[in-house]
Amino acid sequence: MERLATGPRTCASAAVAGAAVGSATVLPHVTIRGLTKRFDKVSIYENFDLDLPRGKLISVFGPNGCGKSTLINMIAGLVAYDSGEILFAGKRREQVKLGYVFQNYREALFPWMRAFDNIGYPLKLMKVPKPERRARTERLVAHLDVKIDLNRYPYELSGGQQQLVSIMRALVVEPEILFLDEPFSALDYEMTLFMREQLQRIFLETGMTIVLVSHDLEEAVYLADRILLLSRHPARIADFVVFDSARPRSAATLSSPEFVQTKAHCLDVFQREVRG
Amino acid sequence: MRKGLDPLLPVVGVVGLIIAWYAAVWYGIVDPVLLPSPGATFHALWSGMSGGALGLDFVKTVWRTAVSTAIAAVIAIPLGIVLGSSERLYRSVEFVIDFFRSTPASAMFPLFLVLFGVGDKTKISVAAFGAALVILFNVAYGVINARKVRLLAAKVMGASRLRVLLDVMLLESLPQTFVGLRNGVSLALVIIVVAEMFIGSRDGLGHRVFEAQQLFDMPDMYAAIFAAGALGYGLNLMFILIERRFVHWSGK
Repeated sequence: MERLATGPRTCASAAVAGAAVGSATVLPHVTIRGLTKRFDKVSIYENFDLDLPRGKLISVFGPNGCGKSTLINMIAGLVAYDSGEILFAGKRREQVKLGYVFQNYREALFPWMRAFDNIGYPLKLMKVPKPERRARTERLVAHLDVKIDLNRYPYELSGGQQQLVSIMRALVVEPEILFLDEPFSALDYEMTLFMREQLQRIFLETGMTIVLVSHDLEEAVYLADRILLLSRHPARIADFVVFDSARPRSAATLSSPEFVQTKAHCLDVFQREVRG
Repeated sequence: MRKGLDPLLPVVGVVGLIIAWYAAVWYGIVDPVLLPSPGATFHALWSGMSGGALGLDFVKTVWRTAVSTAIAAVIAIPLGIVLGSSERLYRSVEFVIDFFRSTPASAMFPLFLVLFGVGDKTKISVAAFGAALVILFNVAYGVINARKVRLLAAKVMGASRLRVLLDVMLLESLPQTFVGLRNGVSLALVIIVVAEMFIGSRDGLGHRVFEAQQLFDMPDMYAAIFAAGALGYGLNLMFILIERRFVHWSGK
């Protein structure tokens, strides 16, 4: 892996396969080796290697159409790949519980079920008996301190509330990893800010590995421990930036020097990739 | 006009029609033999429906339409789900379905007469045939057009193919299924009424219209036409109400 010019001190370029600088202390949660994916002979991923550290919030950022969503869809088992291997601490996809939040909450939720039953549906698939399903859903709702009338149908809720229901549906099975595919891009700015805080809270409380695809660089850096910058396809790792600013982060984080520096560095890498 | 009176707007057309009708009769614009007065017509409708022959014919037509639609639904809904769940399977039979859907069902009468003889069986089976194709194609399209994200969401949560079919595709196709049922029942009514007119029937609204015309009993004929109209409207309304109740998410 070619080492790209590193920017400020906080931005260590992390290579893969053990040579990681920023993730030396954590064992990888997801290991991707030799991943190859083609769409109609266009190579999206060609012999792609990546390690995702455990217990970190990882943002994926890159040019349009570079395959950000395809990457998490392949990891989550929603899109087949042509060759290569994806393992979760040595386990295969079928052996792990994942949570996945789609951008389009309107289409991802089931409109024929009340919000509460939507959240409990994955437990139903796991054949959890109804009383326990109820109890677990209620526990999650109480834990997240959600103030939504969950007896309503999804179409009776606002966009942000619907996405929050989606997130709870992904969390109810207590997944190892949570994937979010541009989860806030259909929401207005006020709601986006609120949802970022919700996601940060969930991350702080659960400490699970979260992979967030974002098309908003500010959001990608603000929320992340690691920012995975991808090149145009066939995608390479343009940089895997570390952002270790203390949590909980707030509006003040956005104007801190380390944030500004990291974001500027990421933008640099991004623009180089777009031009190149 | 004030907004509060808006619910009364549909009445305007009805009142207008009756006034025009009265005027046409009053001023003798149309031959009174061909167009009886609204009063005479509604009297024929009222006396026919309350204990008269028209009421029995009405019940007969309702029964035949209901049976043929029920048969069509029982065959077409499961078949539509199976065909729709595999787009390749549907594409392979699409031409056949479209061809027979485009064939006027009335053209099938002679064939069905040979198969089932003169009687209710023929009327009901032709109507069921026509309605089934309409329902089938709507259900299949409803399943094919199930939101891809919703299917992916079920899949990523660990749903098997069967569970995706039962929990997601089936419910996803319901709004479109109701479109098929509404169109299907309308078509079934048309076919039943035509069959009652022309293929040896002794009852039913089609028979009543035809007989009144033969006897030149115009108030009776108009009464039977209005009864048929009310039936068609009522069936459509009934399916809309059922849909609102059970497919509350439709269009949302």
